[in-house]
Amino acid sequence: MLEIKNLHVEIDDKKILNGLTLTIHPGEVAAIMGPNGSGKSTLSYVIAGKEDYTVTEGDILLNGESILEMEAHERAAAGLFLAFQYPLEIPGVATMTFLKAAMNAQAKARGEAELSPGDFMRKVRGAAEKLGINPDMLKRPLNVGFSGGEKKRMEILQMTLLDPAYCILDETDSGLDIDALRIVAEGVNALRGAGRGMLVITHYQRLLDHIVPDKVHVMAKGRIVKSGGPELAHELEKDGYANYTEAA
Amino acid sequence: MAPSVVQMRTAAETALIEWFEAEAPALVGAAEERAAAMERFKAQGLPGRRVESYHYTDLRSVMRSLAPSATSSATSVPAALFEGLGGHRLVFVDGRFTQDAETPAELTIQPLQDALKVGLTPGRAMGKASDVVVDLNTALMRDGAYIRVAGNTALPEPLVLDFIQTAHEANAILARVIIEVGAGSTLTIVETHRGKASLAYQSNTMVELVLGEGARVEHIRVNEAGDRALVLSTLAARLEGGSALSSLSFSSGGETVRQQSFITYAGENASLDLRGATMIRGRQHCDNTLVVDHAVPNGISRELFRTVADDEAHGVFQGKIIVRPHAQKTDGQMASNALLLGDEAAMSNKPELEIFADDVVCAHGATCGSLEESQLFYLMARGLPRPQAEALLVEAFLGEVLEAVSGEALRDSLSARISEWLAARQAA
Ligand SMILES: Nc1ncnc2c1ncn2[C@@H]1O[C@H](COP(=O)(O)OP(=O)(O)O)[C@@H](O)[C@H]1O
Ligand SMILES: [Mg+2]
Repeated sequence: MLEIKNLHVEIDDKKILNGLTLTIHPGEVAAIMGPNGSGKSTLSYVIAGKEDYTVTEGDILLNGESILEMEAHERAAAGLFLAFQYPLEIPGVATMTFLKAAMNAQAKARGEAELSPGDFMRKVRGAAEKLGINPDMLKRPLNVGFSGGEKKRMEILQMTLLDPAYCILDETDSGLDIDALRIVAEGVNALRGAGRGMLVITHYQRLLDHIVPDKVHVMAKGRIVKSGGPELAHELEKDGYANYTEAA
Repeated sequence: MAPSVVQMRTAAETALIEWFEAEAPALVGAAEERAAAMERFKAQGLPGRRVESYHYTDLRSVMRSLAPSATSSATSVPAALFEGLGGHRLVFVDGRFTQDAETPAELTIQPLQDALKVGLTPGRAMGKASDVVVDLNTALMRDGAYIRVAGNTALPEPLVLDFIQTAHEANAILARVIIEVGAGSTLTIVETHRGKASLAYQSNTMVELVLGEGARVEHIRVNEAGDRALVLSTLAARLEGGSALSSLSFSSGGETVRQQSFITYAGENASLDLRGATMIRGRQHCDNTLVVDHAVPNGISRELFRTVADDEAHGVFQGKIIVRPHAQKTDGQMASNALLLGDEAAMSNKPELEIFADDVVCAHGATCGSLEESQLFYLMARGLPRPQAEALLVEAFLGEVLEAVSGEALRDSLSARISEWLAARQAA
């Protein structure tokens, strides 16, 4: 279970999250919808362990234990994965080299054996093919010169290979055309179940037609202002966020 | 007019002049060049901060005194730095030249004195450039080698120039190697510098290269000098028409290091790829100084220097591209990028273009920064601990420079050295 309890977060003395509470159960897909600037990316960064933020109140618990004192790499090894809204370009580091380093680092942290080079290659190739990622792309420096859609697919490839317990997807739909969106959504849906929790963050309801959530939470001004089922997404699509931003 | 201020001679300057005067009778050949070089030295002394080209590397303060001239502790010829590399190796043990195998048929090799005695002129590769470290080398050079590659010859294996300091006491080492590569020939030169740790020895070595028409030379200079050493290392090259030189300076050793490259285009359509990878830590100082002189039209030059400085280390890049009035269609691109890992680390970047022709494409860029926190966070969020994430980014930063090394085994062992340097950083 991933529990976010009364989370208050600041950056440079600016309050961004104001008492956000949210629980994601194993196997559950929760969606957060909210207008730009409501703090969605901030929430995802704070869960992943970015250090720029100050948590002034509240806690984040993974299976009952606080992760706030853990560094980002420890949280990753504990099973958290953030698919970035803006994946970073890493010049000079071949995608394959990076994937191997990440998988080996997590295996090491968990005291598991590293994959053999052959198994590693097979696994990467297989997962890449399902996401329509050209093998040549894996030789190129990570995300450098990749299109928006390619970068998002690369995030889902990493998510597939790292096999996390909880995934946070920050606006994975932004910048995708409908075909790319379908491929990415299929990749995400393939990872559903088996006790894996997901938090799908989006501005638009469109993504949630492809990844149908169990729960929908509306976020405004740094907190959850309404929760409901998938139908809430359609309501928002129709009426917009205005009601919530004014009420919050 | 006010009288010019004459600086007091330092102990090192006096000792250098005395060295010359005591050795002069034994110094064979190139009498005029030696005398002229010594005159310039007497007039200028060791350059300090006020001399523009030594502003960042104050040799006058660094070289307070002169170490005694070379003695050696070697009883046998030490093993090569890159053992699997093969090739023909010339070893300069505390400056003294020995060869460890028979000269291959494609090469003609003479001890420097023998060549000077019969009229070899030193300094031809310097073109119009003048430099005090080179002057000292010219005035005092005794040991070294003169190497010729005949025309239209491809050497299958590298020529290894192995400069190694072995004495148990700090000493002063001097050596000069002059290489002429015939028209249409191909040669790889691997120049290595090593020495004892914790010893303030002083090394002044110079490799002069003359590339005949259409010759192709790949030169790789690896500095792993002792951690207290003063390393003055010069490459001078003269490029005849259609020749191509690629030169990489890969440096992690020494306490104070000045690696110079003086390149002169003597014929049209010559090309140059000059690169540097520098890793420094502690209080190391490494200066890469280049003068690329396009004296004729249609020359191409590329310079890419990368410096990683940790702790309080200080990197220097001075790159000057000169385009003479008739050198139209010159294409020169120069970049120096530094990554500062330590809070007290510093980089001095001074790229310069001196362009006297109008139809040229020349550009330079210099950057200096620390690792991108956002990139580090991305890598950490995928499970890499911070030191490993940093290492990956630093390896990538320096790795681009190594792409020019054509020999895979050598390239691999250079990248392994980068990893080792980073591993030592993490262990500290
Ligand atoms: N590094 C930062 N420094 C200052 N303000 C920030 C920083 N990051 C985000 N913010 C502010 O926090 C608010 C929420 O941003 P963000 O979490 O990116 O929202 P969303 O992802 O919902 O669009 C915005 O007002 C934004 O300007
Ligand atoms: Mg956002």
